[in-house]
Amino acid sequence: MTEAMTEALLLPLLVLWPLAIGLGLYALPERASAALQVLGTLVLAGLIATVFATMLASPEPLRAALGGWAAPLGIELVADRLAQAMLLLTLLVYAAVLLYAQAYFAHGSEAAQRFWPLAWMLWAGLNAGYLSADLFNLYVALELVGLAAVGLTALTGQSTALAAALRYLLAALLASNLFLLAVVLLYAATGSLALDSIGAHLAAVGTTPWYAKLALALVLVSLALKTALAPLHFWLPAAHGNAVTPVSALLSALVLKVSLLIFLRLWLEFAPALDLAALGLLLALLGLLASVWGSVLALTQRKIKMLIAYSSVAQVGYLFLPFAWLLPGGLGAALALEATVLHLLAHALAKAAMFLAAGVLVLSAGRDDLVSLRGAVAREPLAFAALTLAGVSLIGLPPSLGFAAKWQMMQAALLADQWPWLLWLLGGTLLTAAYVFRVLRLAFLPTPEAFEARAPLPQRLSLCALALALLAALGGFGAAALSDWLAAETLLWPGSGA
Amino acid sequence: MNDWLLPLTLASSLVAGLVIFFLPERSVALRSALNLGAALLKLACVGAMLWGTQQGISYELRLPFLPGHELLLRADPLGLLFVTLSALLWLLTTVYAIGYLEGSPNRSRFFGFFSLCVTATVGIALSGNLVTFFLFYELLTLATYPLIVHRGTPQVLQAGARYLAYTLGGGVVLLAAIVWLQVQVGPVEFQAGGVFATLDASATPEAWMLVGIFALFIAGLGVKTALAPLHGWLPQSMVAPAPVSALLHAVAVVKAGAFGIVRVVYEVFGIEFAHSLGVLLPLAVVASITIVFGSLRALTQDDLKRRLAYSTVSQVSYIVLGVALFGPAGTIGGLVHLVHQGIMKITLFFCAGNYAETLGVHRISQMAGIGRRMPWTTAAFSIGALGMIGVPPVAGFVSKWYLGLGAIESGLSWVLAVLLFSSLLNAAYFLPILRLAWFEPPPARWPHEGGHGPSHGAAHDADEQGAKQGPPRTGDAAPLLLLPTLCAAALALLAGLAAGVPLSPLDWVRFITATEYLP
Amino acid sequence: MSGVSIWLPTGSALVLFGLLGMLLASSILRKLLAFNVMGSGIFLLLLALRPPGPDGVADPVAQALIITGIVIAIAATALGVRLARRYFELSGHTELPEDRAATRDD
Repeated sequence: MTEAMTEALLLPLLVLWPLAIGLGLYALPERASAALQVLGTLVLAGLIATVFATMLASPEPLRAALGGWAAPLGIELVADRLAQAMLLLTLLVYAAVLLYAQAYFAHGSEAAQRFWPLAWMLWAGLNAGYLSADLFNLYVALELVGLAAVGLTALTGQSTALAAALRYLLAALLASNLFLLAVVLLYAATGSLALDSIGAHLAAVGTTPWYAKLALALVLVSLALKTALAPLHFWLPAAHGNAVTPVSALLSALVLKVSLLIFLRLWLEFAPALDLAALGLLLALLGLLASVWGSVLALTQRKIKMLIAYSSVAQVGYLFLPFAWLLPGGLGAALALEATVLHLLAHALAKAAMFLAAGVLVLSAGRDDLVSLRGAVAREPLAFAALTLAGVSLIGLPPSLGFAAKWQMMQAALLADQWPWLLWLLGGTLLTAAYVFRVLRLAFLPTPEAFEARAPLPQRLSLCALALALLAALGGFGAAALSDWLAAETLLWPGSGA
Repeated sequence: MNDWLLPLTLASSLVAGLVIFFLPERSVALRSALNLGAALLKLACVGAMLWGTQQGISYELRLPFLPGHELLLRADPLGLLFVTLSALLWLLTTVYAIGYLEGSPNRSRFFGFFSLCVTATVGIALSGNLVTFFLFYELLTLATYPLIVHRGTPQVLQAGARYLAYTLGGGVVLLAAIVWLQVQVGPVEFQAGGVFATLDASATPEAWMLVGIFALFIAGLGVKTALAPLHGWLPQSMVAPAPVSALLHAVAVVKAGAFGIVRVVYEVFGIEFAHSLGVLLPLAVVASITIVFGSLRALTQDDLKRRLAYSTVSQVSYIVLGVALFGPAGTIGGLVHLVHQGIMKITLFFCAGNYAETLGVHRISQMAGIGRRMPWTTAAFSIGALGMIGVPPVAGFVSKWYLGLGAIESGLSWVLAVLLFSSLLNAAYFLPILRLAWFEPPPARWPHEGGHGPSHGAAHDADEQGAKQGPPRTGDAAPLLLLPTLCAAALALLAGLAAGVPLSPLDWVRFITATEYLP
Repeated sequence: MSGVSIWLPTGSALVLFGLLGMLLASSILRKLLAFNVMGSGIFLLLLALRPPGPDGVADPVAQALIITGIVIAIAATALGVRLARRYFELSGHTELPEDRAATRDD
């Protein structure tokens, strides 16, 4: 009895606990904030570890119905391998970012006081997004994430931040409404909000009804807008580039990913019934466009954080490439799914590390344009090392996680008989290298004459960045284990080969 | 103990490098001790593996890496050949670099990346499959870039950018080849005689596909090997300090590319299979064009290091030519030249560094009578140069001899003409230097007498950073510079003189060759 | 799906107008208003597509959805209005920079 209860509580707690901490941080004085957050993170880590332990034996997802009310009226949370991977990723990134933020914000600053509760509410929303198994829950999770993210973007309260936040909010609201419309259509058709009922309904109906296509189109536009897939990326550079560093890290690393994950889940539901080959190709082409556009613009940026933000635009493009091969009955589908997950993880770790490291350099130099950062690089070698390692994963050089992702993508493309994509996967490597080395070459320029010896920044800042960067840069060694654990074939449609 | 040798060989320089990054600039003694200690340890490990392999112990290390592909390190004869060469020349270069960079800034950073570089090279030598090879190959690119741009001048940064463009470009082409091949036949481990020898006909992909994959391999590896027209990065990267040039040309980058081609032709495709595919002839043509082109360009260079750079472009293609000649003699010639060219070229670069360091001489036109001023260095230079031309008893003669035999054996007599012509060209661009150095009267004043800090290529006084102010040097190069130079020259001589002796490079190469051809 | 009633076309029209408003309006406030109009339209559509059953009992899920949706819309609108107001205090503008060129007031 107690075991069932604990199990039933486990998944909801993953959402409710960060929410509670967030509210607590809002109410309690600042002195208690650090202690509360440490407690919060440790408990959450324990919860996630429990989930992992419970699911260690089989890839069967864990389910929990809140209040004992089953779907469709009740809210059901499901933790499959995908969700687990995202939970762990979020924990790692958050641990680093929160530690970083503690040292980053000036003591007692207003921005800091606003940061903590918003960050934890964002965490709650992210977890909800990973664990939700029904459409409306997903909608609520997306909203929570969106509003918290907008709040974080506006953190400093300055005019540029507010403009970026407003633009982000309006884009997010438009996306939310489109998503809601899709939910309405699907619910009206299937009579259920559960994700897996979509596939069942479409299978029962036989032909492809117009509302299914419309719903998919709405979902696609909505989530593409939230994930900033070009050409719907217009809100991202200002939002990520102008935000406070810990916020930029959270936004680029995690917020972009939850909408992609939801899209992935919906794609897997729709794919057996609809012929998604053309749509997959369209997504891949948009991804190609995004990666070129983002990379080219990154090459022209003068400020380091804007460069990294445009890099996110480019990397999101890569995340959409595997959809061309993620088709039922297609060879390489399992590889494509694996590649997406690996790339998700790699980009999140590397991008967070990059932003955190860049933040250190900008703090040290007092300015954020590339030219001024030369002296900072000499003062903060660890941060620069983090930047380099993160860059290695971003470019996709071995033994990084980014390389493992690219490797799987190449194999998927070849297996699916779509080898021309190889040209882009490889060409993109070179473009990414071009803008990454634009930053890395800073280390070798002679330090400027006006090299003031400033007080060194707390090492903790660089170490947080370095920890994430090492995970990304060496993550390739864990790729085999990750792949086995993920068991991508089980997530796909029955009968899919490797 | 046996299980530890492989990782220890790699770890010796990796750990040393990581520690050195954090050492403050002033701790010269500690840093030098670490450097030399690591180099000696590595040499000891290699020696132990050599001895162990003789006793029949096999060294292998497997680690999980990508899904379906492991990290595989293995000490096979071919790998041991390369790793011994690398470890030995590394020791010499480390001593040289310590002496050369005395007093210059950012030495901790330099030696950190220096050590990473050798780690990558050793990794390339000891790789047992394509994935592992690729890992270390790209690591080499990353580790050498900071060495090239060490000085931070705009010229150097531009050379570095060009280097990256070429090598990363080659890297992606290589990756394409690897992925394409492995999607067709599964994970590929290096094995003597090639993978296709043991694969049955139904599993073998079609010929056109294999030819395409082969072409991609050569193109990808060809960048580092400086095959024309992919050689553009090499002469420009001469702006790097002399130890780096020595490294790039003799030990690490260029050799890694050539070694890669050796592995691909012999242990992925297999020489017999490659011959049946018909890819060896085009390869021989490309190599021959590079040989002649490199030598022709070398003739017109006045800058000593650039002339040596083009000489390398030409000489490394001898290795590729040997690979492309079907027949044991060609293989022997190519493989043994891998070793011999390394030793000879490093000698020449050490000498070039000595001239620049001691007298500020960068151009050949400045070298009149330098033999009288720096006799030991110039003697070493002469040995290296004669070896390049192919004059016995220096090692270069042995390689060219076998290459000639190989040309006849494989029925490509035009290759003989190429060999002869290029030897003539070699003579044309080396002998005048020797004549100038020994027989012309020296100038009244040398450009920079008295040991200024590293100044190279077109760098002028304004560019010098951290110039050391020592007493004017009256003799030859400084001991730390001269000793490695003489050792290298001695090795070049020894490898040639003692070629017939068991355990010489030649003997070793004969042994490897026997395994690559079907009985 | 059944039930041709007044709500279906009304809802669709509101959704369409709201969408157009969000895309084409220049002032931030108008975009927020359009967002709300679109939201209301979506809720009307839901009611139209899931009408009460023959026994007169309304669809509980639809009601739950709409109530939750309204709450979210209120929160989002409040955030938007607050941000817009602060932005106006700091910059004197009621439009985002990219929409400003369309209007004359500066």
